[in-house]
Amino acid sequence: MTVFFSQLINGLSLGSIYALIALGYSMVYGIILLLNFAHGDIIMVGAYMSWFVMSQLGLGPVTAVCASVITCTVLGVVIEKIAYTPLRSAPRISLLITAIGVSFFLEYTTELLLGSGAKVIPAYFEARAFRLGGVNLGLTSIITLAVTVASMLALSFLVRQTRLGKAMRAVSEDMDAARLMGVNVNSTISFTFAVGSALAGIGSVLYCCSYPQATPTMGSMLGLKAFVAAVLGGIGSIPGAMIGGLAIGVCESFVSAIGLSAWRDAVTFAILILVLLIKPTGFLGRKVQEKV
Amino acid sequence: MKKLISRRQFLAAAGVVAAAGVLTACGSSSESTGAAASTAGSTAAAGGDTIKIGMLAPLTGDVSIYGLAVSNGAQLYIEQVNAAGGINGKQIEVQLMDEQGDATQAVNCFTQMVDNGITALIGDVTTGPTLAVVAESQEYNMPMVSASATAEAVTYDAETDTVYTNVFRTTFTDPYQGIKMADYAYEKLGYTKAAVIFQKGADYNEGLAENFELEFAANGGEIVASESYSEGDVDFKTQLTTILNANPEVVFCPNYYEDVGQILAQAESVGLDVPFLGGDGWDGVTGYATADQVADSFFCANYAVGAAPEFESAYEEKYGETYPNGFAPLGYDAAVTVCYGLAAAEEAGLEPATDEYKQAVIDAIKNGTIEGVTGTFTFDEHNNPVKTAAILAFDNGAAILKEQY
Repeated sequence: MTVFFSQLINGLSLGSIYALIALGYSMVYGIILLLNFAHGDIIMVGAYMSWFVMSQLGLGPVTAVCASVITCTVLGVVIEKIAYTPLRSAPRISLLITAIGVSFFLEYTTELLLGSGAKVIPAYFEARAFRLGGVNLGLTSIITLAVTVASMLALSFLVRQTRLGKAMRAVSEDMDAARLMGVNVNSTISFTFAVGSALAGIGSVLYCCSYPQATPTMGSMLGLKAFVAAVLGGIGSIPGAMIGGLAIGVCESFVSAIGLSAWRDAVTFAILILVLLIKPTGFLGRKVQEKV
Repeated sequence: MKKLISRRQFLAAAGVVAAAGVLTACGSSSESTGAAASTAGSTAAAGGDTIKIGMLAPLTGDVSIYGLAVSNGAQLYIEQVNAAGGINGKQIEVQLMDEQGDATQAVNCFTQMVDNGITALIGDVTTGPTLAVVAESQEYNMPMVSASATAEAVTYDAETDTVYTNVFRTTFTDPYQGIKMADYAYEKLGYTKAAVIFQKGADYNEGLAENFELEFAANGGEIVASESYSEGDVDFKTQLTTILNANPEVVFCPNYYEDVGQILAQAESVGLDVPFLGGDGWDGVTGYATADQVADSFFCANYAVGAAPEFESAYEEKYGETYPNGFAPLGYDAAVTVCYGLAAAEEAGLEPATDEYKQAVIDAIKNGTIEGVTGTFTFDEHNNPVKTAAILAFDNGAAILKEQY
């Protein structure tokens, strides 16, 4: 039983990272119906930023966290302005292909500049593990869970209670109608990208706490898993992204725990296929509109 | 390091096979090494005063870093022998050829060397070309010693249960490291409960893990958990939690250093604080793990800095740089092995390049005890060296030689 709880904690901590990233996917999809495949690579850039600040500049972890989150946020908005805004009225497939292009651009630029080997990110804090009634609790796992829950609450508040949140919901409901009602659509979309990317920045810091190495391609698998999480939870839905992320994390953890670690990725993608076949809207998704 | 070679090897082979036009391009540089040899080369053209041996290595291309290390190491020893008067008064003449990391090229170079009358071969370096040359060498019963080809098939064909009697190597094979570390953990360190975590689907990692488990159990120890992961995985917490709950005293982690870094960091975060052991894939782990994480950990390698200081200083004196990697001492030992065989054949008064001479070289190596810089070794029934491994420990996060075991 204690093993069960230990593994559950492992799964939840992995799942919270997926959830944070899935949120970015979901929010962007919700507002401009784009699957932003560059989202995973934003996390990669955030991880390299942490490495650069701590390992190269020798600054403290707080600076590194701020630098990572800010870099991700700015990068998300810049990508939106340069790559996606000019294509807003283009067919959706062009936008999707552009997203894949941006993803490759980020990966290979990083590889060109910094090489393909892994960079080790120094610890943000001293790793510790507690024993609570026979269950092992890693400090990293606890922090990951806590930060994720806090981020979710803040995001829910932002979307439900603020004017900007209202604008976001309005744009995702009907972009033209929102514009007619005086909502500044461009800045709302940029804001959505900024929020999604900031969450990716937080995700990247949490990821690096648990898995302290940065490689140019680290974001692609992470992004795909988060995409599966977003689809499972219902793409476009914020609570759905959280539930989907946690479900995928726990599922992966238990698949490994019963000795089938080689099947871990296969199970994750089998879930994607099953969801698409049986319930394409996921747990909490809205009715499917236009498919990409 | 073995995985890396075979993958690159494959790519290089695929690429170069297409360029079949370069068949004649065997880069040959017939070198008479050493000051004494250069005079011997010109004046002793009468023959009989030199013993010709071949040396085959990738000196250019993707894997040249290994080839250069091996050939530099080997030439260093040949030079020392020649400077000391040679073998039986005869200078050794080395024909060094660049096979560019390609199997076809390697065979062409080899046949060319045979035509030139070599009597023994040092080489090849990487597994792919070595296998090709081994097949070709059977016809000539050519004594050959590879410094660094680790695949079992180099000296032994498991399918037909035949040993290639003329082929030897100075590096230990991958499975051998697993056995060494199991013995070290059980007998030297006194651990009785061990766990294993390794990458599935990789020959190197699986070979070490499997042999560790068998040997540790045969010694009387218990394997309490055996966990695996797939290539590219970064999350090992689940497996490490399973290991933690099995309560091992030590964990064997025969993986490459980047994965090892991740595993050690995550072991710390789930509260698994037992020592870890590894194979030569750990070489380079410094910088990927903190001093705390590797405290009380050990790994094995063919050679460690400081094991043979005379070799290191001689290398630096000749080449103006410290030896680049563990392939250099292995190359040196390959030359030691060949010269050991040559000395025996000379003693028997045989004529170089004859069949009897080659057989005498092979017999001498097979039954001999060779004292090299990577340890003293004999050869087992599959012509693999039985020797000590360098065990490395960590001092404040940096790997240092602990002992030969």
